[in-house]
Amino acid sequence: MSNIPAELRYAKSHEWVRLEHDGTAYVGISEHAQDAMGDLVYVELPEVGQTVAVADETGVVESVKAASDIYAPVSGEIIAVNEALNDTPELVNQDCYGDGWLYQIKLADKADLDGLLSAEDYAAQLEEDA
Amino acid sequence: MNREAQLIFEVSKAGRRAYSQAPKPVADDKLNDLPAALRRQSKPLLPEVSELQVVRHYTNLSSKNFAIDKQFYPLGSCTMKYNPRGANRAAMLPGFLKRHPLAPESHSQGYLACLFELQEFLKEVTGMKGVSLTPMAGAQGEFAGVAMIRAYHEARNDHERTEILVPEAAHGTNPATAVMCGYKVREVPVNDDGDVDLEALKAACGPQTAGLMMTNPSTCGVFERQVEAIAKAVHEAGGLLYYDGANLNAILGKVRPGDMGFDVIHMNLHKTFATPHGGGGPGAGPVGVSERLKPFLPTPIVGQDGDSYRWLTDADLPQTIGHLSAFMGNAGVLLRAYYYARALGREGMLRVGEYSSLAANYMLKRLQQVGYTAAYPDRRASHEFILTLAKEAKAFDVSAMDVAKRLLDYNQHAPTTYFPLLVPECLLIEPTETETKEALDEFIDAMARILEEARENPELVKGAPYSQPVRRLDDVRAARELNLVFRPGASA
Amino acid sequence: MPYIPHTPEDVQSMLDAIGVARIEDLFDEIPAHLKAGALEKLPDGLTEMEVTALMAARARQDESAVCFIGAGAYEHHIPAAVWEIATRGEYYTAYTPYQAEASQGTLQTIYEYQSMIAHLTGMDVSNASVYDGASGLSEAVLMALRANRKSKASRVLMPAAVHPLYRRATRDIVTNQGVTIEEVPFCNERGITLLESLAPYAGEDYAALVIAQPNFFGCLEDVDALTDWAHANNMLVIAVVNPTSLALLKPPGEWGSGGVDIVVGEGQPLGVPLSSGGPYFGFMCCKQQHVRQMPGRIIGRTVDMDGKPGFALTLQAREQHIRRSKATSNICTNQGLAMTAATIYMSLLGADGLASVAGHCHANTNLLADKLCAIKGVKRRFSSATFHEVVIELPQSANLTLKALAAKNILGGYSLAPAYGFDNAMLVCATEVRTQDEIEQYAAALAEVLA
Ligand SMILES: Cc1ncc(COP(=O)(O)O)c(C=O)c1O
Repeated sequence: MSNIPAELRYAKSHEWVRLEHDGTAYVGISEHAQDAMGDLVYVELPEVGQTVAVADETGVVESVKAASDIYAPVSGEIIAVNEALNDTPELVNQDCYGDGWLYQIKLADKADLDGLLSAEDYAAQLEEDA
Repeated sequence: MNREAQLIFEVSKAGRRAYSQAPKPVADDKLNDLPAALRRQSKPLLPEVSELQVVRHYTNLSSKNFAIDKQFYPLGSCTMKYNPRGANRAAMLPGFLKRHPLAPESHSQGYLACLFELQEFLKEVTGMKGVSLTPMAGAQGEFAGVAMIRAYHEARNDHERTEILVPEAAHGTNPATAVMCGYKVREVPVNDDGDVDLEALKAACGPQTAGLMMTNPSTCGVFERQVEAIAKAVHEAGGLLYYDGANLNAILGKVRPGDMGFDVIHMNLHKTFATPHGGGGPGAGPVGVSERLKPFLPTPIVGQDGDSYRWLTDADLPQTIGHLSAFMGNAGVLLRAYYYARALGREGMLRVGEYSSLAANYMLKRLQQVGYTAAYPDRRASHEFILTLAKEAKAFDVSAMDVAKRLLDYNQHAPTTYFPLLVPECLLIEPTETETKEALDEFIDAMARILEEARENPELVKGAPYSQPVRRLDDVRAARELNLVFRPGASA
Repeated sequence: MPYIPHTPEDVQSMLDAIGVARIEDLFDEIPAHLKAGALEKLPDGLTEMEVTALMAARARQDESAVCFIGAGAYEHHIPAAVWEIATRGEYYTAYTPYQAEASQGTLQTIYEYQSMIAHLTGMDVSNASVYDGASGLSEAVLMALRANRKSKASRVLMPAAVHPLYRRATRDIVTNQGVTIEEVPFCNERGITLLESLAPYAGEDYAALVIAQPNFFGCLEDVDALTDWAHANNMLVIAVVNPTSLALLKPPGEWGSGGVDIVVGEGQPLGVPLSSGGPYFGFMCCKQQHVRQMPGRIIGRTVDMDGKPGFALTLQAREQHIRRSKATSNICTNQGLAMTAATIYMSLLGADGLASVAGHCHANTNLLADKLCAIKGVKRRFSSATFHEVVIELPQSANLTLKALAAKNILGGYSLAPAYGFDNAMLVCATEVRTQDEIEQYAAALAEVLA
């Protein structure tokens, strides 16, 4: 069973969101997603300053045999990206909920979070897909 | 130093040259009119080697390849049949090799005659009404085909059609082509028996449908039985039907795409017409069309005036989708296909589909008997078929990839793996009509032994191959630490 | 039956194993009314001797003339070893190297090719070939649109001095995606693209400027100035170059202060015969930062599980078999064998040999131009320096002149009437294979035709 931290929210397309106290949020991909991709060789990140709506494409994670789009789980402005991934995409494999975060976003509307899955629901979805 | 993988640059030595290959240097004053600011300052890094070193290096390299001339090569969807040597010799006759692509028609009649006849042969075997030979590979044939579909709709002032339908089992070139032609792609599901989900297809068809791209026999290795109903559904929605001819070998002489209701097709001459794959190319992907798409064919095409031949150009075909290359496409490949068509003739052509299907159905039955699982057990194989190793993957942790690699140790080229994507752990196997029964049996025996190995010693299979110049390569390193160009001093 | 090895006994035992009576039964899933007829329009099959004789007779029909046409395809001497090795069955009959362990020969050859062509163009990386130079230019245009993130408009600048057949193919391919190609005029005296012609586009949103060196007229463009202008205006630069010329001319990687972004060209001059236009191969190189936008196959050097060096396909997530509708291109089969021939050719010639070839082409074409211009009323059309092609202006119609020359078995050049409306101009070329005798014959024949 893959690790699904209880304090995060999840998109059906396997991104996670961690809300910070300052109203911004970190976005990454779940352990299940990084595991299914295999060793990542490249991560394409959005541009800082870009505004995105829910489900917009905000980058790509790439392994040797697959490439998968990252969709914005919430809307808002990208305020930072994880530059370390440019040289060490494997951080996503090693620590997808920590050092392997993808970008930080300033939420346009906190209500977007309600459209996401709880850890429990996400686990149930994975169960179903299996 | 690992001498075996030594690069030509690593055997190079400053000042050495293969002297007789190039003309003697010209006097410097002959170059004085080239402006100094536009001249090269330092020599490009090319090898400095003797002729013998070059010949030995590339001969040794070639020997590291599997090839049809050396091994059974049952690569599904690729039709690795025998490539007649006679075709190569004929295409490399000096008169053909020296002909400049822009030579006038007065000095091109021999070449044009071959092409004209090839166009006619391809019309006859496909049942299409017009053919253009110019696309340079299957994917470019697809491009020509979908561009013609676009041109057709536009000529009718029908600008609402924005979507191309593609079955989910389709080859990657299909959706990629649709996008290159400016369309959106909508995927259509495939049923458990390998046929397209007709109801889902009907639901997907509408005023936005420009066309459907399909392969028949499909990429699942079975004949699409509802092809006429599919054609009807797409046509009723106002869309056109595209036929990906990668699997034409299965039905050559038996069924013609034109008779199945297709509006446009491409053929892969490097599959069905026995031209070689050359380690990745070149190929040729001629397109054939129904009457209504004829005005849009890509140029140039060869036409006949009395007993002489000439190029049909934009003036003859004002609605053409245009040119896809500088000249005529892969002329030399077309000559090889022409040779093949002449060698086979009517009789031979009728046999291709029959005997390629015989070989595939034989292998499918025998491989099932030795314990493998067919992806579509209730279906006839076309000229190829799919095994699924999902069961073995679960039971022994041995994947389709592992079996493919282990086959190399038995001196058998691996089948196509992981295509189509919708069948888990699949091997797509295509024996072709040119292999002896003994060759098929050897492959079946190797597969039987590997299945035993997977049961008894899975690690052995998972570590394969052991007999090749290298073992499994580190693809992750290849992608993370990109080394695409040799630079002296950089570490390998 | 040609190429089908089965004896009647083989067939019977295979049918028995399948459990059907006749081969026809294998087609029982196909609706009966769809079955083909007898293919009556096909001729009878021929033996190897017969087809060979037939094709040899056809080939001889086309053989008689001496060729002074260039225009994108050039007759060069091809060392004997090139095609003897390239047509070895191990290269000729292998598939795309998807099974890396069983394809190290092809893979290493491609890696060496990528290295040679990158050094020749002065670029960081190369792919394993595209179809030809013209379609390669269309790929480069689409690539530039993806790579230039600053550009929002789907437009590129294309000098009219770029090969008309390249412009046509590029237009026919990219307009399907709604791309606009804006044509930039050339200087009517000098035959090159001037900065002043570009001035109207300064500050406008174009993804790239195409620069051909030499351009279609054989003329040498001021590539440094053009490159710097494009970069100053946030455009990428796509260079279209002749590979032979790069032995003498500044490589695109060094144009201007930053070098160009993408290089494409026709690889045919590197050991590939004229062969009526193909198979040739397009080469394509770029700066490292754009490599993920490059179409086509790319090979990387890596190690195997025992640490032994080896080669494998890499960056495959760009390609159609993985990325499908989001791939950088639909290309799958490329021009591998022609690329292999070019690799052997470049190895045999080396930098010095290639420079000799280039030097001879340049000198021979100058000699030809001088001889032709010695005829009354014949002159060079443009004043710029040229590499190995020259536009010649005649006192009469180029089309008619070329026809008259062809009747004397001299293919005298390529008429500029259709593409440029220069009714009296033609493009001529004399590579290293044209002898002084042939050049003199040509001059004599032209003098007769014009007399
Ligand atoms: C089903 C199918 N369609 C299209 C193609 C593309 O053909 P090509 O590689 O000649 O571009 C292939 C070839 O691999 C194929 O198998």
